[in-house]
Amino acid sequence: MDYEIVIGLECHVQLLTQSKMFCGCATDYDGAPPNTRVCPVCLGLPGALPVINRKAVEYTVITGLALHCQIAEFAKFDRKNYHYPDLAKGYQISQYDLPLTRQGWLDVEVEGQTKRVGITRVHLEEDTAKNTHLGETSLVDYNRAGVPLMEIVTEPDLRSPEEARVFASNLRRILRWIGVSTGDMEAGALRVDANISVRPQGQAKFGTKTEIKNMNSFRAVKLALEYEAQRQIDVLEHGGRIVQETRGWVEGEGRTVSQRSKEFAHDYRYFPEPDLPPLVLSSTEVERLRAQLPELPEARAERLMARYGLSQYDAGVLTGSRAVADYYEAAVAAHGNGKAVANWVSGEMFRLLRGATLEIEAVPVSPQALAELLRLVDDGTIGISVAKTVLEEMFATGQRAGEIVRAKGLTQISDQDQLRQVAADIIAANPKAVADYRGGKPTAVKFLVGQVMRATRGQANPTVASEILEQLLNESNGRQPS
Amino acid sequence: MPLDLATVEQVAELAKLGLTDDEKARFTEQLSAILDYAARLQTLDTSAIPATAMVGGLENVMRPDEARPSLSQADVLANAPRSHAGQFQVPAILD
Repeated sequence: MDYEIVIGLECHVQLLTQSKMFCGCATDYDGAPPNTRVCPVCLGLPGALPVINRKAVEYTVITGLALHCQIAEFAKFDRKNYHYPDLAKGYQISQYDLPLTRQGWLDVEVEGQTKRVGITRVHLEEDTAKNTHLGETSLVDYNRAGVPLMEIVTEPDLRSPEEARVFASNLRRILRWIGVSTGDMEAGALRVDANISVRPQGQAKFGTKTEIKNMNSFRAVKLALEYEAQRQIDVLEHGGRIVQETRGWVEGEGRTVSQRSKEFAHDYRYFPEPDLPPLVLSSTEVERLRAQLPELPEARAERLMARYGLSQYDAGVLTGSRAVADYYEAAVAAHGNGKAVANWVSGEMFRLLRGATLEIEAVPVSPQALAELLRLVDDGTIGISVAKTVLEEMFATGQRAGEIVRAKGLTQISDQDQLRQVAADIIAANPKAVADYRGGKPTAVKFLVGQVMRATRGQANPTVASEILEQLLNESNGRQPS
Repeated sequence: MPLDLATVEQVAELAKLGLTDDEKARFTEQLSAILDYAARLQTLDTSAIPATAMVGGLENVMRPDEARPSLSQADVLANAPRSHAGQFQVPAILD
């Protein structure tokens, strides 16, 4: 039987604020000694009162706007009650029935098809403490407890693990783009949980779902959901029933395992948080925040395609982050040729960044410096292969292209006489390639051009070298090379 | 609305309360009385009254996003029955 996979995501996003959601404790807990970013509020001491972090509310509204959500005119916080030491209060402050934003969408493109995925809601809550297990006890560090956490819930609109992966990746791009989160999955700044079920193709009713956690990378999202879909199909094919439960992805074993909670029945007994007055968002305030939204990645990609004639693929790569797009456009402004700059940024520059595991924010070559290098190529001072070497040098030393070319004497050789001498030597040294050429293999000249390039340490103008080689080969046709 | 014993046991479990059989019976009766009273409130027509979470009239009480000093680790752990390596130590929990 054919099955349809149905997936909805719940993404938790740590916001890039200086202080926690309801108190002034710093959010820089990463690497800090345990329980040193803690105060009476996030420790739940009697009498301590929470106060809402304005920035976190603004970031959530901005995220809602970027995801085409409706912004609530009236929102409030609620207590989600549960007994678990990851929050000292005995409840998490979250939003239940009146979240800040709801009903938006985000497009994903999979295999050339664009699909609109509904966003159910984006709400604001607080992160929990970190637990580690030590024998018969657990250790609790409250540094993370109370860090602003935004929850983004999708409709069950995703139909494959690949769609889920692309959605998560697009969402991360937007979160980073608008500057509300690092989106770092490994560090836990973006945590993607999934609800997944399968149903026979054509059946209207959803199957029983399971919730999958612990997916710490986009790859893990795809692998875990592929595994889980197949597991559910196998259970059904063998006449079994799916148990609604939470399952954790075990990366090392490549499978999901049941995570039975001690709590036998969840009943969070939500009620309005009496310590926090509600939020009333005026349209003036919402419009003020909307005005802060930068041009979003998809709109920017469209513009790059229209303005610089980029392919959809190139435009996608160059809008991978806002910093990349800014770098690209600054280089185009300094150079002029959008297509050439696109090739250099997405090709050589990305290769060097990957090699050095750097983000473009830290690139030692300014957009203006890249433009200078490309101008040296344009005016024939250096060829492409030398330019690549020069870029490596610029990347390593931060020197400008002109200095490197002068210091190393890398100016391209287009001089006919000089190249004719080199070409003659190469012809003499490569009888086999010469014989191939004369035997009717014109492509053999490419090999000889390569040898000229090598002999001149990449400085020969390859077009001129090729012309001279063919000229010499044809001139001396019929004669044995000396 | 009479409450059954199973519901009382579930509420006790969620609240982490260990109740004796006598207590369960007593609380079943007492909680039922409380629910009966709440049920009387439910009969009122509130359709013309907006949902109210707070009566203080405050709204938009927020603070700027500025980090302030936290407590020292020693102060944080001062009241902990058990601690280890700067952390609270509690009976094993499942993640």
